[in-house]
Amino acid sequence: MNRFAELLDRLVLTPSRNGKLTLLTDYFRATEDPDRGLALAAITGDLSIAAVKPAMLRMLISERMDPVLFGYSYDYVGDLAETVSLVWPDPPRALEDNHTPTLADVVSALQTASRSDGPSIVANLLDRADISARYAILKLVTGGLRIGVSARLAKQAVADLGPVDVTEIEELWHGLKPPYGELFAWLEGKAERPEKTAKALFRPVMLSNPVGDGDLEKLDPANYAAEWKWDGIRVQAVCEGGMRRLYSRTGDDVSPAFPDLAASMDFEGVLDGELLVGDPQRETGTFSDLQQRLNRKAVSAKIQARYPVFVRCYDLLQEGEEDLRSLPFAERRMRLESFVAQLDLARFDLSPLVPFADWQALEDMRRNPPHPVIEGVMLKACNSPYLAGRPKGPWFKWKRDPFTVDAVLMYAQRGHGKRSSFYSDYTFGVWSGPEGAGELVPVGKAYFGFTDEELRQIDKFVRDNTVERFGPVRSVRADRSHGLVLEVAFEGLNRSTRHKSGVAMRFPRISRLRWDKPPHEADRIETLQALLD
Amino acid sequence: MRARDLLHPRPEGLYCPPGDFYIDPIRPVDRALITHGHSDHARAGHGSVLATAETLDIMGLRYGSDFAGTTQAAKLGERLAIGDVGVTFHPAGHVLGSAQIAVEQNGTCIVASGDYKRHPDPTCAAFVPIQCDVFITEATFGLPVFKHPSDREEIARLLKSVEQFPQRAHLVGAYALGKAQRVIRLLRDAGYDRTIFIHGALAKLCDYYESQGVALGTLEPATVETGTKGDFAGEIIVGPPAAFADRWARRFPDPVACFASGWMRIRQRARQRGVELPLIISDHSDWDELTETITGTGASEVWVTHGREEALVRWCELNGIAARPLHLVGYEDEGD
Repeated sequence: MNRFAELLDRLVLTPSRNGKLTLLTDYFRATEDPDRGLALAAITGDLSIAAVKPAMLRMLISERMDPVLFGYSYDYVGDLAETVSLVWPDPPRALEDNHTPTLADVVSALQTASRSDGPSIVANLLDRADISARYAILKLVTGGLRIGVSARLAKQAVADLGPVDVTEIEELWHGLKPPYGELFAWLEGKAERPEKTAKALFRPVMLSNPVGDGDLEKLDPANYAAEWKWDGIRVQAVCEGGMRRLYSRTGDDVSPAFPDLAASMDFEGVLDGELLVGDPQRETGTFSDLQQRLNRKAVSAKIQARYPVFVRCYDLLQEGEEDLRSLPFAERRMRLESFVAQLDLARFDLSPLVPFADWQALEDMRRNPPHPVIEGVMLKACNSPYLAGRPKGPWFKWKRDPFTVDAVLMYAQRGHGKRSSFYSDYTFGVWSGPEGAGELVPVGKAYFGFTDEELRQIDKFVRDNTVERFGPVRSVRADRSHGLVLEVAFEGLNRSTRHKSGVAMRFPRISRLRWDKPPHEADRIETLQALLD
Repeated sequence: MRARDLLHPRPEGLYCPPGDFYIDPIRPVDRALITHGHSDHARAGHGSVLATAETLDIMGLRYGSDFAGTTQAAKLGERLAIGDVGVTFHPAGHVLGSAQIAVEQNGTCIVASGDYKRHPDPTCAAFVPIQCDVFITEATFGLPVFKHPSDREEIARLLKSVEQFPQRAHLVGAYALGKAQRVIRLLRDAGYDRTIFIHGALAKLCDYYESQGVALGTLEPATVETGTKGDFAGEIIVGPPAAFADRWARRFPDPVACFASGWMRIRQRARQRGVELPLIISDHSDWDELTETITGTGASEVWVTHGREEALVRWCELNGIAARPLHLVGYEDEGD
């Protein structure tokens, strides 16, 4: 338990991806079964433990300390689990050394807990642990570790043990159960690769590369097929032997959020496509609409009716018993067309091929797509098999140019790790209110897009023009005549009730520093509002 | 006599009318008794200063030799008379030279403990509990949430991280007086014998600690000699915490920001400061040390100052000890 607790403590404060991977991989290497597998399941969200309510923790601690002192403590710390972990009475020294429960002890105790003996089981575990371990136990039982590690990153760390490609882990994942003994044994060379026996497993997806300068000149347009790039989310619909699963592109099972779609998944095979909102026969909804359906565990009938989802299919990886992935794209496409023709018309349609004569013609289509929910074109080599990962060459994405806006730097925050001595996270705003007497309203935040040299310049500007400091954040001078104008590029705009400006940018980044531009010439909020819908 | 006639707060600091002196005054006064060398307790410009020899040396290093009109060194455990008030300095275990000051007259004894800790510290003399009627305690970490772990375990975590990330530099933020030397000494005790690099602001005080018999091993300034960032990969650099948010820190390769402080017990504190590896090493008492010390002095009354007074006052009430907050101003809450 202590090692797991230490891992959580470090992960939550480690900003860099590589740093997190090192910590995770070292932990998996140094920790024995079944603890490491249970830790992996806890991080990926695959560990099921009955949740404990905050009220129960309050009750437990009120039996152990003065409520006034607890009140002072909680006010100061601000986090219930952390406060309880700190003020819980320490175990006697002798007990602490020998009896700290392992993660396996903790999990098995919690899994067998019933409603009535839950509180005493939790109390007993806390009695045997030190501060760090108590915190980890409380995070496990209150649900949600919140350590800034995605399931995908944890799987990458596991893959690094081999090393094997992370797609191999993703492919096996849904057939494995915690504590993943056979997975670790394989990665350490002590056993064969686990067999894929489970039904309806995820197939690692094929990804594309952006078109770079000069990429296309070397290629013959006749060897490529083009499709529109739809602005939805990539999904894989799998039906096998009565099992139906909808996966995200990283292999997370998202079926429970889309019962309407799952009900129509009446086929034997594996489809690759774009999840969109609307009715494929009549209209395709925006990404904003789609967001009403994302990140939900359960979904009401009302929401299902208002934002119906469908899949715009672009590949067929398996048909019945037959794995099609080794066939060339052109052949899979023909199979796909006849396959989709037999599916529910309200839930599945075909991503149309876009005929084009040469690269210039395609470029024109990319720049001026016929539908607002198209964000560019996809290019696929006709002769390429379906390959997991992001192979260079067979698939390209060619996006329309991003939107840009000229905004004024308002706040800057210190970065982390390498950038801890730089003000590197920028909040920027545009003008609102009457012309000439308006004020800046924040519209977004960006922390990349600039070169190291530009970062140095902005950092100097921030330090030289600080108006106020709030901990790691500084507000900078930004008025009509004095301030720094940033050209911000972004992929789209959503309505937001959370932000004062009413808009939220997708994927904003700094594209240019406009030292030449006086702040009063920056854009107005109306310019952005016009982009909505 | 009433205890408050012997010592009571004034805007300048804690004042003793029968002896006409102040303890740790925050403004210039005629006669000052100083508990230790941290700048919020030891200020320049007093008429005369009575403090331990080490504290006088440290004040001289920081403010120049003319920091006061006259100075007098107090020997630990030796009773001095100021008028008809008896004054004795006793070790406080906070930093090198730190002392508690016992003040007595007509059988009434008050101990002003300044800042203190009970955790063993290889760089200074250990705290001695003094029996008294009134104990004046600090409350920097006066909440039950503050429990300082063993400093050796914290240093072990630092060394493990250095091993885990050999391509990165570990920047340890530590206050220049006391904490920095303690961290370096603890690293040596843990068997770390490589050169430790230090920020310029630490040099004078590290030299002084060495001269007082605290061996710190090989220290070098953390200046860039060759101009290549790889210079400090895998090394430990110690400097004042503020320097790490500054441009100074840019010379180091992909630094791991560490901070040695009791405040690091609270995760949000670490997060706010952008600390990647918090080291919970404090020169102040944690909650258990505070309450055990109060019990140990046998004081029937406790005055609580600088920090979270209300929780400690509450604890005293629950344990049948008269207690009140002193509301002294001017002492930094953050200085650990």
